[in-house]
Amino acid sequence: MEIFNITGIIPIILFASFLFTGLAGGRLKPMVSGITGTLSIFIVTAVSYYTAYKYFFEFGKAGNEYIKIIPFNLMWLQFNDTLFINMGILLDPISVMMLIVISTVSLMVHLYSLGYMKGETGFARFYSFLSLFTFSMISLVISTNLFQTYIFWELVGISSYLLIGYYYSKPSAVAASKKAFIVTRFADLGFLIGILILSYITKTFEYTTLTDPNGSAINQGSSVLFLGLSAMNVTLILIFIGCAGKSAMFPLHIWLPDAMEGPTPVSALIHAATMVVAGVYLIARLFPLYIFSGADALNVIAFIGTFTSLFAALIATTQMDIKRILAFSTISQIGFMIMSLGVSGYGDTNGLGFTASMFHLFTHAMFKALLFLCAGAVIHAIHLNNLNEMGGLRKYLPVTHITFLIACLAISGIPPFSGFFSKDEILTAAFAKNKLIFTTALITAGITAFYMFRLYFGIFWNKEVKYDKTPHEAPKTMTTALIILAVGSAITGFIPFGNFVSSNGVPLESHIHFEIAIPAVITALVGIFVAYIFYKKENNLPVRVSSAVGGLYGIIYRKFFIDEIYIFITKGLIFRFISGPVVWFDRHIVDGTMNGIAFITNLVSEKIKYFQSGQVQQYAYVMLSGIIIIVITVIYILSNL
Amino acid sequence: MIENIGIEKFVILSTLMFFIGVYGFLVRKNLITILISVEIILNSVNINFVAFNKYLYPENLQGQFFALFIIAIAATEASVAIAIFVTLYRRIKMIDVENVNKMKY
Repeated sequence: MEIFNITGIIPIILFASFLFTGLAGGRLKPMVSGITGTLSIFIVTAVSYYTAYKYFFEFGKAGNEYIKIIPFNLMWLQFNDTLFINMGILLDPISVMMLIVISTVSLMVHLYSLGYMKGETGFARFYSFLSLFTFSMISLVISTNLFQTYIFWELVGISSYLLIGYYYSKPSAVAASKKAFIVTRFADLGFLIGILILSYITKTFEYTTLTDPNGSAINQGSSVLFLGLSAMNVTLILIFIGCAGKSAMFPLHIWLPDAMEGPTPVSALIHAATMVVAGVYLIARLFPLYIFSGADALNVIAFIGTFTSLFAALIATTQMDIKRILAFSTISQIGFMIMSLGVSGYGDTNGLGFTASMFHLFTHAMFKALLFLCAGAVIHAIHLNNLNEMGGLRKYLPVTHITFLIACLAISGIPPFSGFFSKDEILTAAFAKNKLIFTTALITAGITAFYMFRLYFGIFWNKEVKYDKTPHEAPKTMTTALIILAVGSAITGFIPFGNFVSSNGVPLESHIHFEIAIPAVITALVGIFVAYIFYKKENNLPVRVSSAVGGLYGIIYRKFFIDEIYIFITKGLIFRFISGPVVWFDRHIVDGTMNGIAFITNLVSEKIKYFQSGQVQQYAYVMLSGIIIIVITVIYILSNL
Repeated sequence: MIENIGIEKFVILSTLMFFIGVYGFLVRKNLITILISVEIILNSVNINFVAFNKYLYPENLQGQFFALFIIAIAATEASVAIAIFVTLYRRIKMIDVENVNKMKY
C-alpha cells in the first residue's frame, strides 16, 4: 500500500533525534535537545495518527476483515532458501493501536519532562535516551518477523537500563538498573531459545506465515513432539518466559519495583505504559499460534497472569513509596492483560479475551501513565515519595488532584471511566472460561480499588502535613500533559474497541455485560469505601488492622520474601556452589597453569643467563664458528650427493 | 689493461681482505680498529661486486651500483658508530671493547 510508506519515516525521525540529541546535545543549550526531542515525537505522533486513520477507516479492511499490510519488507540476513531475516513494517490492528499508544504517551512524557527534568544535569542525555527508547519500541511493534522483534526487544531493554540508571551517581539507581537488565536478559534467554526452536520447526520467522490459521506453520508445528509434549507448547512457553521477563510476571517481576529509581517520566513511559506491555503485545502477536498449537501454554499463561495480578495487588496495599505502589499496580494490571489473553479463544465472541486484553492495554497505558506523571508532580512539589510523610495536598495541587482522581477511578473500574469498560470485558472473558480465574480477578479488582484510593487519600487528604516550603502546582508543560492524559483516561472507554481489534480481524460487536459489570463495580466501590474509612482522615485504624493480622502483614510488606529468595538462590546457592568452584578452578587451575609456565621460564632463564659474557668479540667467534661449521657441512653434503 | 688480469686475482684479493677484516674484528680490542676492520670487510665485498660485474655481465651495471650503495651505507654506519664511541668514551673514559659489557643482563 503506497500510502503507508510514510509510516517508514517514524523510526528514521526518532533515530535521527536520538543521534542529534546524543551527539550534539552536550554542546547545545539543554532546552534545544528537549525541544528537538519533543518536536520529533510530535511529528511521529501526527504520522501515527494519520497511519491509524488511513488503516482503520480506508485501507485496512479487505471485505469484512482487517488484514495485515506490509508496506515494505527488506531482506537483511539470509541463512538458506527458507530461513531469512527481514526488516520491514507490518501494519495490522494491534500494531497500529500500539503506534497510537506509544506515540501518545511518549509525546506526553516528552512534554512533561520539559518541566519535570528542567535543570537536571544530563538533560540532553535524558532526551536522547527517550528518543532511543521510543525508536526501539515503535520498531518493535511494527516488526514483520520474530527476529526483528527480538533485536528491538533487546534495544528497549538497553534503553530501559540506561534510563533507570539515569542518576548514575546514586548507588541504588545503579543497582536497580543492573537488576532490571540482568533479570530481563535472563528471561530473554528463554525467548531466544524459543525463537530458535520455533524457526527450526516452522522454517520461518515471518509473522504472516507464523500466524496464518490455515498456514503451514500451525499445521506442521503441532505434530512435532519433544519429551512427550508437543514441541510447540514448550517453545511457546519459552517465548512466554521472555514476555514474562519484560512484562514483569511472577516470578520475574522483581526488577520492576526497583526500576522506580529512574526519573518519574521514565517510569510513566517505560515501566507503566509501553515497554512492560511488550510481553503482552508479543503474545497477542503470536496469538493464533498459541490458540492452535499451544493450548497448554495458553493455560499456563492464564494462571500465571491471574496469580501475578492478585499477588502484586496484595503487595501494593502495604507499600509506602508512592512510586512502588504504582509499580506493583502496573504488575497487577499487566497480569490482568496476560490472564485475559490466556482465557481467550479465537474468533467471534470467543475472542473477547483478546480484544479485552488489547483494550485494557490501551486504557491502562493512558491512566497508568497519568498516575505516574501525577506522582511525579507530587514528588516535584514536595520532594518526598514516602506516603507517611505526605497528606493534605489537594489545596496545593488542584490540577494534579483532579487528574489523579480521574486516573484512580479509571483504574478501579468505575463507570464511565475507561478502565471500567476494559475490565468489564476482561472479567466477562474470564467468566466464560474459568470461574476460579474470574473470582480471583474480581477480588483483585476490589483490592486494586482499595490500594489506589489508599494512595489517593494518603496523598491528597489524610493528615495536614507542614511542609518546609509551600508546595506549588507543577509548571504548565507538566499540567498540560496531565490534563490531556486525564481526558484520554476518561473517554477512551467509549471507543468501540472490538470494531477495530479482534482476534481474527473480523470486527467484534462489544457491549457492556451488566451481569458482570454490576458485581465488579460493587466490589470496586467496597474497596474504595474501605480505603475511605481507613485513610480519609488520619486515624489509627490501619495500624490496628495491620497489627491484628501481624505476621501476614509482615510477609506481604516484605513482598512475600521473593527478593530474599532470589538473593538466597543467587548468592546462597549459585554463587557458592557453582560460581565458587568455577572461580576456584579459574584462579588455581587456569591461572595456575599460566603462572607456572611464566615461573618456569623465569627460573630457567635465571640459571642460563650467565652464559652471556657481554663480550662482543666472543659472540662474533661463536657466530663465525657456527657459520664455518654450517658451510663445511653443506659443502660436505653437496659433494656427496 | 684490466683484460690482462684474471678474475681469480680479484677473488683472491677480496678473500684476503675479508679474512684480514674478520681477524681484525675478532682480535683487536680498540673499537676504532674494529670499525676499520668492518670497513675492510665491506670493501672486500665491493671488490667482488665490481669484478664479477665486469667479467660476467659487462653490459650491465648492477654490481657497480651495489658497490656504491655499500659505500654510502658504510659511511653512515661509520658516523653512527663513531658517535656511539664518543658517547662511550665520555662515560667510561676508554674505548676498549672488553669493557663494554654493562648491558649483558
